[in-house]
Amino acid sequence: MTKKKQEHEENLKGTLISVFFVGFVIVAMWVAVYLMYLSQ
Amino acid sequence: MHLHKYEKIWLTFGIVCLVAFLSIVGVNAFAQDHTPAGGMHTIDPEKVRETAPFNEPGVKQLDDDTYQATIIASAFAYDGGQTLQVPAGKEIIFKLTSTDVVHSFTIDNTNVNMMVVPGQVTTKSYTFKEPGKYLIICNEYCGTGHHYMYTEIEVTE
Amino acid sequence: MLAAADRKLALWNIGVAYTAFLIGTLAGLLQVFIRNDRLELPAWLDYYQILTAHGVLLALIFTTFFIFAFFISGMSKSLGTFGPKVLLWNWIGFVVMLTGTVLATVMIVIGEASVLYTFYAPLMASPWYYVGLALFVVGSWIMGFALVGHYMKWKKANRGELSPLFAFMTVTTIVLWVIACLGVVATVLFQYIPWAFGWVDTINVELSRTLFWYFGHPLVYFWLLPAYMAWYTVVPKILGVPVFSDSLARLAFVLFILFSIPVGFHHQLMEPGISDFWKFLQVVLTFMVIIPSLMTAFSMFANFERAGRKNGGKGLFGWFTKLPWKDLRFTSIFIAMAFFIPGGAGGIINASFQLNEIVHNTLWIVGHFHITVGTPVAMTFMGLTYWLIPYLTGRKFSNTMKKLGFIQIGLWSVGMLLMSTAQHILGLLGAPRRTAYSGYNGHESALEWFDGILTNHVTMAVGGSILFLSAMLLLYIVIMSAFVSPKAVEPDEFVEFPLAESDKRATPKFLENWWLWIGMAFLLIIIAYAIPIAQMIQHAPPGSRGFITW
Repeated sequence: MTKKKQEHEENLKGTLISVFFVGFVIVAMWVAVYLMYLSQ
Repeated sequence: MHLHKYEKIWLTFGIVCLVAFLSIVGVNAFAQDHTPAGGMHTIDPEKVRETAPFNEPGVKQLDDDTYQATIIASAFAYDGGQTLQVPAGKEIIFKLTSTDVVHSFTIDNTNVNMMVVPGQVTTKSYTFKEPGKYLIICNEYCGTGHHYMYTEIEVTE
Repeated sequence: MLAAADRKLALWNIGVAYTAFLIGTLAGLLQVFIRNDRLELPAWLDYYQILTAHGVLLALIFTTFFIFAFFISGMSKSLGTFGPKVLLWNWIGFVVMLTGTVLATVMIVIGEASVLYTFYAPLMASPWYYVGLALFVVGSWIMGFALVGHYMKWKKANRGELSPLFAFMTVTTIVLWVIACLGVVATVLFQYIPWAFGWVDTINVELSRTLFWYFGHPLVYFWLLPAYMAWYTVVPKILGVPVFSDSLARLAFVLFILFSIPVGFHHQLMEPGISDFWKFLQVVLTFMVIIPSLMTAFSMFANFERAGRKNGGKGLFGWFTKLPWKDLRFTSIFIAMAFFIPGGAGGIINASFQLNEIVHNTLWIVGHFHITVGTPVAMTFMGLTYWLIPYLTGRKFSNTMKKLGFIQIGLWSVGMLLMSTAQHILGLLGAPRRTAYSGYNGHESALEWFDGILTNHVTMAVGGSILFLSAMLLLYIVIMSAFVSPKAVEPDEFVEFPLAESDKRATPKFLENWWLWIGMAFLLIIIAYAIPIAQMIQHAPPGSRGFITW
């Protein structure tokens, strides 16, 4: 558990961008329905 | 337990979004009074028609800006007095209960979507923005005639 | 290969699962045609009867039996062959569960239980329907405890060691299931059964709904976690990488024990009898259960990127093209995961307190669970089925089967995409769920709902038909792999059980301290439920007698 400084973290840039795509879907869908809620 | 730097960024972003969603709905519900249908009043489901306000179902004006619509749901119809007619731009307080099974009272194109539970009185306040005729349906399964359980409300200028 | 006795047990569970799948999908096909008025049922059969069968057989019976088949195989593989006691109790549990299933199904078929799988009081089914459900749950407990017994034996023999990841996740899921079922057992045993047999006259409706949903939400996690188990332990092996992080995988799973149960009120946001404070508190707790799924999303993409880079993928997204797309076991589960992105996002909307007004009991919800349990979970199970049955029967899985498998998942994806998209949009427009064909006497608003390019009865029926075709193709593959395909002889003809290496050297021991997690789970349950349930009992209105409105 007490790993010393991680030997240079592996490259997961693609992963970061991919999960942010998931985040975008979540936020976009939520905002769309919230706006619909406000309009009714 | 080691977290990759990017995973920290992702989880922080995710949690901030969740907090934001909760804050937005929380403020909208509690500060601007847009809580969903609910209420804590109970009623004897066998004596609905003898208990106020359900002894006189229908629309009543409470004051200049507020109306109350009292409606009884039963399989497979709604009883809201003679005709359901309310004005646009005024607060309408819907009060419902059921004489038999669970129903819903759902007004199309609005945020009115109330579960009607026997033994309980459901309350929801709503202000219609546009006049017109609105379809009201039961969207909780209540038996063979469930898909024929509907009515209409007329919103006047 | 597993011991013959363990394989037999797993295969029987799969057999029941796919029998339920056959009847359940057939019911689904009938529904879309009744809904667009192309099919008139004979007088002895009713839309809501078919709907009840569809829900119960697919969401409850297919899933649970398949899950136990997966658990049995994986536990036997990762912890060793079952002893005679574990086997015996597993069979007892299986028989009890099957008896309950048959009893409940017969009640549905003879029209004594058209109450849908939520069976909300005061709709009153035959008491035997509730007895069937109770037996089903008790049987699942017996099987669950038998598997926990197998795990405890392993722990005793390997003191101080963390269990293999598959076993850990199995036990997590069983712990979750047992705690969750307390609610439904309480309401069925103490409310529904005495009332349906006529020993008491009335039922406390709001209490029964609350106990049902105390069970109803973790139920969906009981379906999802086995799919996550496949994602965490099977997929990396297929990709040729180790588990991304053993400790984070375990942490995600224990978070599900904590936060998937004290959240049932988010199914009851539109109803009276629960004050806004308690509703909102459980909404907040519901949002906590999203976090382990966000963690899972990261781990999955990290697996993909690692594997793709290992296979020579360069640049920001080069790894994506290097994934083993030609491997049916991978592609099926990848599509399952992709469906969970809008599925999960939709779930956040459903739980967002007053936003639920837009979607509650509309077709949106139907769309939602078809892209959660109906695809991410079901298609993961399909992806497991392709290798699990040949693995258990020792038969070959030929190239023809692989091709059919690709057609099968392709059809399922297209059918589901059409049907669920239509359902989501129709729901936002206001079209209700759980209804037979109805235009509300040709009402203008109702006609408008079904007037769109995507949002019409034809799209739903086309989607439903494609799904049924896919289901029949799957059953063909199941039968071939179970009974017909030639036996494997050469070593390379045997199908393997892909189970990834998981490095647990850095995993803290407290993650496997079950009493800690069970204790915290009960603490959260008490915080979320004790006061509102006490109020429901103390301030209960006169109860409701039973109604048979079908």
